[in-house]
Amino acid sequence: MFDVLIIGGGVSGCCIARELSKRTWKVGLLEAEPDICEGTSKANSGIAHAGFDAKPGTLMAKLNVRGNALLEELAPKLDIPLKRNGALVLCFEEEGLPKLQELYDRGVINGVKNLKLLSGKEARELEPSISPEVKGALYAGDSGIVCPFGLTIAMAENAAENGVEFFRGYRVTGVEQGDNGIYRVSCDNGLVLETKVVINAAGVYSDRIHNMLPEKEGHMTMEIHPRKGEYCLYDKQAGNLVQHTIFQLPGAYGKGTLVTPTVHGNLLIGPTAEDVPEKNAVATTRAGVDKLLLNASRSVDKLPPTKQVITSFAGLRAHHADHDFIIEESAGYPGFIDVAGIESPGLTSAPAIGEYVAELVQEILPAALKENFKEVRKGIVTLEGKTLEEKKTIVSENPAYANIICRCESISEGEILAAIHRPVGATTLDGVKRRVRAGMGRCQGGFCSPKVVEILARELGIPVEEVRKSGEASVIIYGGVK
Amino acid sequence: MIRKSLVIIGGGPAGMAAALGAVENGLAPDEILILERDKRLGGILNQCIHNGFGLHTFKEELTGPEYAARYEAQIKAKKISYKLGTMVMSIRDGEEKEIIAMNGQEGILEIYAKAVILAMGCRERPRGALNIPGYRPAGIFSAGTAQYYVNMEGKLPGKEVVILGSGDIGLIMAHRMTLEGAKVKAVAELMPYSGGLKRNIVQCLQDFDIPLLLSHTVVDIHGKERVEGVTIAKVDEKSAPIPGTEKYYSCDTLLLSCGLIPENELSLGCGITLSPVTGGPVVNESLETNIPGVFACGNVLHVHDLVDFVSGEAKEAGERSAEYVRNLSAPEAEEGIPVLAENGVRYTVPATIRTQHMKESQTIRFRVGKEYRGVKVCVYLDNTLLRSIPKRTMAPGEMEKVVLLKKDLADRNVKSIRITVEE
Repeated sequence: MFDVLIIGGGVSGCCIARELSKRTWKVGLLEAEPDICEGTSKANSGIAHAGFDAKPGTLMAKLNVRGNALLEELAPKLDIPLKRNGALVLCFEEEGLPKLQELYDRGVINGVKNLKLLSGKEARELEPSISPEVKGALYAGDSGIVCPFGLTIAMAENAAENGVEFFRGYRVTGVEQGDNGIYRVSCDNGLVLETKVVINAAGVYSDRIHNMLPEKEGHMTMEIHPRKGEYCLYDKQAGNLVQHTIFQLPGAYGKGTLVTPTVHGNLLIGPTAEDVPEKNAVATTRAGVDKLLLNASRSVDKLPPTKQVITSFAGLRAHHADHDFIIEESAGYPGFIDVAGIESPGLTSAPAIGEYVAELVQEILPAALKENFKEVRKGIVTLEGKTLEEKKTIVSENPAYANIICRCESISEGEILAAIHRPVGATTLDGVKRRVRAGMGRCQGGFCSPKVVEILARELGIPVEEVRKSGEASVIIYGGVK
Repeated sequence: MIRKSLVIIGGGPAGMAAALGAVENGLAPDEILILERDKRLGGILNQCIHNGFGLHTFKEELTGPEYAARYEAQIKAKKISYKLGTMVMSIRDGEEKEIIAMNGQEGILEIYAKAVILAMGCRERPRGALNIPGYRPAGIFSAGTAQYYVNMEGKLPGKEVVILGSGDIGLIMAHRMTLEGAKVKAVAELMPYSGGLKRNIVQCLQDFDIPLLLSHTVVDIHGKERVEGVTIAKVDEKSAPIPGTEKYYSCDTLLLSCGLIPENELSLGCGITLSPVTGGPVVNESLETNIPGVFACGNVLHVHDLVDFVSGEAKEAGERSAEYVRNLSAPEAEEGIPVLAENGVRYTVPATIRTQHMKESQTIRFRVGKEYRGVKVCVYLDNTLLRSIPKRTMAPGEMEKVVLLKKDLADRNVKSIRITVEE
């Protein structure tokens, strides 16, 4: 019997897990995919939003600002890649300037610090590669960039170190409440777990989980609409185009496209916004990418050539018609907590969502703080950014670090072994990629993926035919040659 | 710390031939060090088990591993030193060239050299750079990755295959996968002509009735976890897909053979100027980059069709590097004469020629931008026609060359050498 079961191993679920692991609850986390960070959390802008965008008074506004502050505090403790690069919201027409002022005012009400309205000239002085058309800009000093995988995985690892049990590859097929108030959560592989509290953090699928409990007063049917966003990621050679995250004022050109450096030094443009019928419809489209390139070229003077794009991808926002986070205990089902409608700024808000949910659980099922909670998590040792002397020490302590597997990102066997053998370790090719960036460079795994597959098979003790890219059906090899 | 006269980065066909060229030109074998990141010498040849290598060099048809083995045997016979499993992390120019490398046995190595030869080869263009829309399932491989799985690991990466791009590796893999029992349904090529060698189109596709769809491309990839199919459409002259021509092909694998990119991250890191056309270093007649004492050859310089030409070019780079080491104290030579690629010629290697350093004959290699029939390649010294070579056909997939003689330039104050295609 669990005290709390979290359904969903995205950034919300993992942040909640880490926060809950501070107290004496017995906590489990169920993830449908073979790894955590497989849904919305893996494909988004990777921005630590300052918080001027959300409507004042909403939960979204509150958790955005709190989440951003928490990120700052947690990044060094959990080794989360975070950089405060600041953001600019560009306005291209004189008529748009009052809207910039509106954004500024909203930010002030939301409690955002370090906001400043700039003239076009001032904005260009700060960020020379933006378009000469810019008439004015809002500067947000508290905006940052964060690695969405790094954040989610750090939270999960720390949660696991503090006793949270992770069940990956367990798709929830049913949630029911017994007469004693205890919930029974069943999975597609036959596992049934009992728990006092259920946290529904299933992202775009959170409506399905919610609706598994029969409708009654205080528990109405929920609908989450997947809204697709497409992105293009450029080679690191293009990574220095801008220093700040460049937004556009939403206006005649539709919802703006951002242009931003990533925390690992690439350039990212995106997202589009398109409602899609399916909850896994993450295909990119020619029209979408063309639109992105056009929109982004409005922000910056000279967009790098498209041949420097190393990959395009799409993610789904878990959109709810109210456009606010829905984080509450169901009035009809005590002990069932929805964490739904977590769309942008969900990544930024996640640490605050964790805190907020933990408070809700504490009201339902009070528990004491653990004495031995480990609040510090060390990330995987990397060679990147180290001096020659430091590299020598790392390599002499662990010679596997001298065996480079991914040439593009200079990722060694040492890093890949760590990714596999850590708590909540990688079991798939994508899992390795998200933990240590092997295959994330300009050749996109052409050279290293066969080697990573081989290492995964060896370390997990399975045949290479059973190594997967991500999901159950994503086999890579079909057996031997004739 | 290691000190050598010459460090060669890459132990593939280019690196090995360069080392032998340097020895032939008087450099002591123990003054040379080859750094190879793989477990064996030979580079990509090790996975090219088909034959057709060596017709120019050895006057016989060898497989890739056989061709590599002949060079490896010479490297060993001459006692040229090399390190395997060794990855170069950086090159820095200075009084000496500083190379930081590492391997599992020795850890981090600091190596100093008078001259460096870049011979890192190339890599394949990935899906992202091709902007193919659709899902991102397992089952999308570059043709070379599939070749590695089949030839090196003995594993089959797919059963029903569509290939995008008709570069040589794609054509060879169409053949190879078919022999291993896979069904290759089509090869789609964006351009109205194939980028591969004619002999490969015949032997790898036509002999197996595999359709080559020219002016076609993949416009959608289906399958959320593993590839389930692709949509192929015809394209117009601007390479834009023509609506209404889409056709669905069910398959579990998409192989990409859409061009090769010289692997020049190390070169960029040490300040070497690259050509926007080839993606390789801009070099003079000695195959020397803008950094004196740093030479380049093989596919890191410009992508070749035949390994025999790589070996030839690399041998020359090796000879030139030996000369450089010998004449280190000699005064700087004069500015080079630019070699200009004009009217249909996309680029030339070399890009400049210093007459002082020119040998009796100088080969200029180049590629054209489209298919030609019944034209001439003309060489001009400034505006004076020096030579005109009739060409029955020329195609972007086949590297061309012209030869310039030292006496052609003697006693003439030439400002530019121009290579053009004319009717």
